[in-house]
Amino acid sequence: MTETQAPPQEALPTERKRFAFAADPRLLGLAGVLVVLCLVGQFTRPELFFTESNISTILRLAAAIGVVSVGMTFVIISGGIDLSVGSMVGLAGVWLTTLATQSYGPWVMVLCGLAVGLGCGLVNGVLVAYGKVVPFIATLAMYVSARGLAERISGRRTQVVADQDFLAFFRGGFLGIPTLIWLFALVFAVGWVVLNRTTFGRRTYAVGGNIEASRLAGINVKRHLALVYGVAGLCCGIAALMVVARTTAGASTNGMFYELDAIAAVVIGGTLLTGGRGSLIGTLVGVLIFTVLSNIFTLNNLDTDIQNIAKGVIIVLAVLLQFRAGKARTGS
Amino acid sequence: MEVIMAGQPFLGRRGFLLGGAAVGAGAVLAGCTSNTPANSASNAPVADAGSNAQPGKPITIGFSAPAADHGWIAAITKNAKAQAQKFSEVKFTATEGTNDVNQQISQVETLINAKVDVLVILPFDGKALTAVGRQAMDAGIPVINLDRIFDTPLAYRTWIGGDNYRMGVNAGNYLAAELKKKNVANPIIGEVAGIDSLPLTQERSKGFADALGRVGFKVGPRVSAQFTSESGEQQTANLLQGAPKLDALWNHDDDQGIGVNAAIDTAGRKEFIMVGGAGSKNMMNLIKADSAPIKATVLYSPSMASTAVALARLLGQGKGIGDLAEHDVPAEITTYSAVVTKENVDQYLDVGFDS
Repeated sequence: MTETQAPPQEALPTERKRFAFAADPRLLGLAGVLVVLCLVGQFTRPELFFTESNISTILRLAAAIGVVSVGMTFVIISGGIDLSVGSMVGLAGVWLTTLATQSYGPWVMVLCGLAVGLGCGLVNGVLVAYGKVVPFIATLAMYVSARGLAERISGRRTQVVADQDFLAFFRGGFLGIPTLIWLFALVFAVGWVVLNRTTFGRRTYAVGGNIEASRLAGINVKRHLALVYGVAGLCCGIAALMVVARTTAGASTNGMFYELDAIAAVVIGGTLLTGGRGSLIGTLVGVLIFTVLSNIFTLNNLDTDIQNIAKGVIIVLAVLLQFRAGKARTGS
Repeated sequence: MEVIMAGQPFLGRRGFLLGGAAVGAGAVLAGCTSNTPANSASNAPVADAGSNAQPGKPITIGFSAPAADHGWIAAITKNAKAQAQKFSEVKFTATEGTNDVNQQISQVETLINAKVDVLVILPFDGKALTAVGRQAMDAGIPVINLDRIFDTPLAYRTWIGGDNYRMGVNAGNYLAAELKKKNVANPIIGEVAGIDSLPLTQERSKGFADALGRVGFKVGPRVSAQFTSESGEQQTANLLQGAPKLDALWNHDDDQGIGVNAAIDTAGRKEFIMVGGAGSKNMMNLIKADSAPIKATVLYSPSMASTAVALARLLGQGKGIGDLAEHDVPAEITTYSAVVTKENVDQYLDVGFDS
């Protein structure tokens, strides 16, 4: 579980405090929660928890929601919210598994999934940035209508993937590691570089921190916001590919409740709901905490309702921790 | 999409038939995007009317069901329509399926106001729709309550539905017998349940545990999914990690079974036998092929919708069921959760539904 180790040192010297996650007590606390969970897993099922197949299962289950959460982190840092991520995963999934798309082969399926995700995301972005619709409302509209469109397109059936090349690639692996985990790592790495090492990332923080100041500083705020929602949509397209690969089918029910899981992961990861501050590493740890939690519960054959209670407790604890750390930091 | 609005009579029914049946409307969409086979209405299970086959007096049957957001409910609506089309004297008025209880209530009220002769209602929530069922009965319109039962018999003339408890019992009996055949002493038996908060899931699980208990077996690892393929995959992936060796597995629902099978396939597990639930065409084909762990499925067949419409017609025309000594249609009918295996799958393929 390399994710639980202290983050690499070279990230430290960057100028802003928000990049200095190694020194951030919130992230250390969060990583501590993950370590404790892993210890509980190891303690309760020593013969099973730290096995290659269990770790690989955890990471594969974290992959889709993880990718969605990467996009969500961008949106929340920019000061917005995206309630439509789950519906976009569902819509992109059924669109890429329709008979018509499948008959043109795996590339068309992949491109279709990505295009639908990106397209929906941009619609959200344009509504928010240019239409001046509150993000909550704009993405709520997408949440409802994308799910509806997914139901209509699929005829509310589970569309089984017949294309063997698609399944072979996405269900397969490379160097003994499943393709889905590679994809997850790739999206996360690209997201981290974009957020922390590019102008696009800096502008995302700036817009979320103070939109008026950003405009005065010469940032094209509207275009930037539209693109941020586009990034979230694209992430949903990638996640749709993952879910379709995992279940071998596209269904309009894919991605149910992802918006809640993603927002929870992002928020316990230390990203402020008001925007301007946040970290992808925190989001990653947040996603892993939930995935490991449900793995441990199932390994020990415990009820799902207790699992939900535990989830709620973890969310509250993490946010309390965040609050205290924030107070300590500002010295108030 | 292929449903007409409440109160709007089915004017061009014959033309509708010729035009490639109910799903024809869907096929317009399907032409470019959907996986729905264009002829799926023509192979919906239809009840044999027996000695009642002769056309009787013309009647109108009103139909209301939840949104077809699940293969099983979709099959319910499709089967009801296919059955109605079999009778030349029956006019069938279906409302657009909805999961909004208030909307379903107003749809049923619309059907009452349109003075249909008989109502077939599959309520989204039996308790919440009880009052409007009662209202129909008070207005002199007999109600066939399909599957999710109303709170009081005053709200329906006849109830027809499945037997969730026996579904569990039959799944358990089948697995127990197979395991005995293999002389497995202390089997590890897994269960992938549906939505745990629903009474139907609790009944299925209770029946399963009771049946296994009869021979001294018990349920081992158990997870609860959401009746969707994605949740089925997630839960099963974790379950298989927690049980490195399984002897048997019961999955409550064939819709979520697509995901359950995907997880089994990913894990490369083959050492156990599996039973499904509900009876989708997909699972029946896998059972027939006999290459996957799935060896059987216990029915909870949407063919009950076909029977409901056939019964509605008999009620509307004041007839009894042929071969029964009763003058009237019975008040309650529970369908049987037969176990479909490789040996008998050909008999049941016609009630298998597209998930």
